[in-house]
Amino acid sequence: MEKTYTVSVFTENSIGMMNRVTIIFTRRHLNIDSITASESEVKGVFRYTIVLRTTRDQVDKVVKQLEKVIDVLKAFVHEESEIVHQEIAMYKMRTESLTNGDVEKVIRKHHARILTVDPTFMVIEKTGHVEETQLLLENLQPYGVLEFVRSGRVAITKPMKELRSYIEEL
Amino acid sequence: MNSTKTTGAQAVMKSLVAEGVDTIFGYPGGAIMPIYDALYDYVSTVNHVLVRHEQGAIHAAQGYARTSKKTGVVFATSGPGATNLITGMADALIDSTPLVCITGQVASHLLGTDAFQETDVVGISMPITKWNCQVTKAEDIPAAIAKAFYIAQSGRPGPVLIDITKDAQFEEMEFQYEKCTHIRSYRGRPRINKSDLEEAASLINNAQKPFLLIGQGIMLSNAEKQLVEFVEKSGIPVASTLLGLGAFPNDHPQYVGFLGMHGDYAPNIKTNECDVLIAIGMRFDDRVTGDVSRYATQAKVVHVDIDAAELNKIIPADVGVHADAMEALTLLLDLVQEKQHTAWLQEFKDAKKVEVETLAENAKELHSEELKMDEVIRMLSEITNGEAVVVTDVGQHQMMAARYYQYNKTKSNVTSGGLGTMGFALPAAIGAKFGAPDKPVVAIIGDGGFQMTLQELGTILQSEVDIKIIILNNRFLGMVRQWQQMFFEKRYSFTNMVSPDFVALAKSYSIEASKVEARADLKEILLEMLDHKGAYLLEVMVAKEENVFPMIPTGASVSEVRLN
Ligand SMILES: Cc1ncc(C[n+]2csc(CCOP(=O)(O)OP(=O)(O)O)c2C)c(N)n1
Repeated sequence: MEKTYTVSVFTENSIGMMNRVTIIFTRRHLNIDSITASESEVKGVFRYTIVLRTTRDQVDKVVKQLEKVIDVLKAFVHEESEIVHQEIAMYKMRTESLTNGDVEKVIRKHHARILTVDPTFMVIEKTGHVEETQLLLENLQPYGVLEFVRSGRVAITKPMKELRSYIEEL
Repeated sequence: MNSTKTTGAQAVMKSLVAEGVDTIFGYPGGAIMPIYDALYDYVSTVNHVLVRHEQGAIHAAQGYARTSKKTGVVFATSGPGATNLITGMADALIDSTPLVCITGQVASHLLGTDAFQETDVVGISMPITKWNCQVTKAEDIPAAIAKAFYIAQSGRPGPVLIDITKDAQFEEMEFQYEKCTHIRSYRGRPRINKSDLEEAASLINNAQKPFLLIGQGIMLSNAEKQLVEFVEKSGIPVASTLLGLGAFPNDHPQYVGFLGMHGDYAPNIKTNECDVLIAIGMRFDDRVTGDVSRYATQAKVVHVDIDAAELNKIIPADVGVHADAMEALTLLLDLVQEKQHTAWLQEFKDAKKVEVETLAENAKELHSEELKMDEVIRMLSEITNGEAVVVTDVGQHQMMAARYYQYNKTKSNVTSGGLGTMGFALPAAIGAKFGAPDKPVVAIIGDGGFQMTLQELGTILQSEVDIKIIILNNRFLGMVRQWQQMFFEKRYSFTNMVSPDFVALAKSYSIEASKVEARADLKEILLEMLDHKGAYLLEVMVAKEENVFPMIPTGASVSEVRLN
């Protein structure tokens, strides 16, 4: 049965790492829903968060293949219930749309915040799950959204040994 | 080591020497010229074999690695030189062959500009190497090479590629070499879990019909001796994968044959009758398993492999042992009880009799005056006592060699298994000879495959390589023709092969050659070939439409192996 899985991959900071990670998925004809990468709490160790829909069997095999990549320190797979996850979205709108009191209501209702206001445009930010940032988009659209961007998922796992302890083990 | 000022190119040579490299297969070109210039100072200590095509270089390095147990080293230039290595890297990865490929690259300021002979070889080779990297600074060369050798040789071996920009080859640096012995993100040797082995041993000790499958992992971990001890103590029948042939002496009474699509009848059908299936250093390739949903479902499976990703990849293991084969066998040897499985072993012998009789019946149907591939292989096996290094290409002749050559010595079987690369054998045989100079090396090749890399006859000429080449000429791309006959209503679409005069061709390269058609002449001419000092090409005209049997058709189960 297909489900949404979140894969966390810890890697060295070497050139081409993103490519080495993604080709493992490509080869099995798996489509990645989102991918984010950034330095982890350990200096020099990067953390990739990859979200995809597939079967448990496939994702388990993918994790083993990821761990075969020389510069991969460790890879984990998590089901939705095992993680706390978040995405960030930004919305650009005309500043004049704010003079219409309805936009203010929408922003308040969604607990979004205004990052910046320029004479011509403003940027609204909202963090949350996809459904939440998506709903805000839909609510703002009637007033004209000039640009919209959403990050991939970042996720912290509930049950997991600290990364540091894994690295010490190695 | 003391540090001295050297160029990056010299550092490449010094690093290779520090790794004990004495043989390199390669081909020069613009972007690797500084390295070739540095190589020129080593002509008396390092043997560089100039091939005729970079694919030849990498297959030769594979042959060398497979017979010598050393890492094969390849030099090629950027662009087309580098892309000509692709097939060999893919082949070496799937067949776990340790290689270090060094390619020249355009100067670093030209990277990404579509400069002359610039190709993103690091990008291209990412999925077909165990590891690769690009070096743009001379000072990074020694560490990259040290890491490359460590990765290529340790764990499950494989090919690595280092792409070195031309400016890095020219640049000066302080040379210092330190061998790599540890990479924190990589563990070559798994930590063995003793309780897994205890579980495995208890399954083995309680089994009525245990069956052992071995693969190349036995040879890669040098576990041949431990294997024999384990097999003799436990009394278990042993069968081998294609790449495992030679790991266990084929004349041993407990050896029951070759597995898979064109393997022997007995080990295939018994796979679905055993109660405990023990697989060591093999990866349940689809050519071995046939339909996985009907593969050994009755058996408890013990799978030992050094590559964790192989465990439970194809066949779920009741006990998966993540370990080096030698370590696992050494520990298992103490845990298993001394046993004999005489009746069970007899079942294999009875099944073998069925195979032999049916195949003899089949043979009668072919025109008897025509030579058959299996006759040639059997005769060769007999007169070389099963002790030659046999290098095969891909096709019917390959399966016939696997079936009828009696591989009694380890590392005596060099073939392209996982990738099935036609054109592999001729260059691989060249490398195999450099890897095992004291053994006779015989390449067995089809008329089709020979024409894929026949330019390497030039390498044989120039480097005076003493290999024997047997072309089994059936005037067809035989293996494809067999499938067309069986599954495409004999529609022989583009499988007939018109070939040049192979004897004249060999002679034009000053290689002694002859052709044989008559059965009566076969033995004498094989003896003449083997006695000849220097390379020899023998073209054997064989039956045009011989088929390889047994056969497990695609999608069938091992127990449905067909004898005709
Ligand atoms: C590079 C490559 N191209 C195509 C194939 C597909 N193929 C597999 S066996 C075979 C026929 C080989 O014919 P030949 O070399 O004459 O050997 P035979 O089977 O007749 O012994 C072909 C075309 C292959 N394995 N490798």
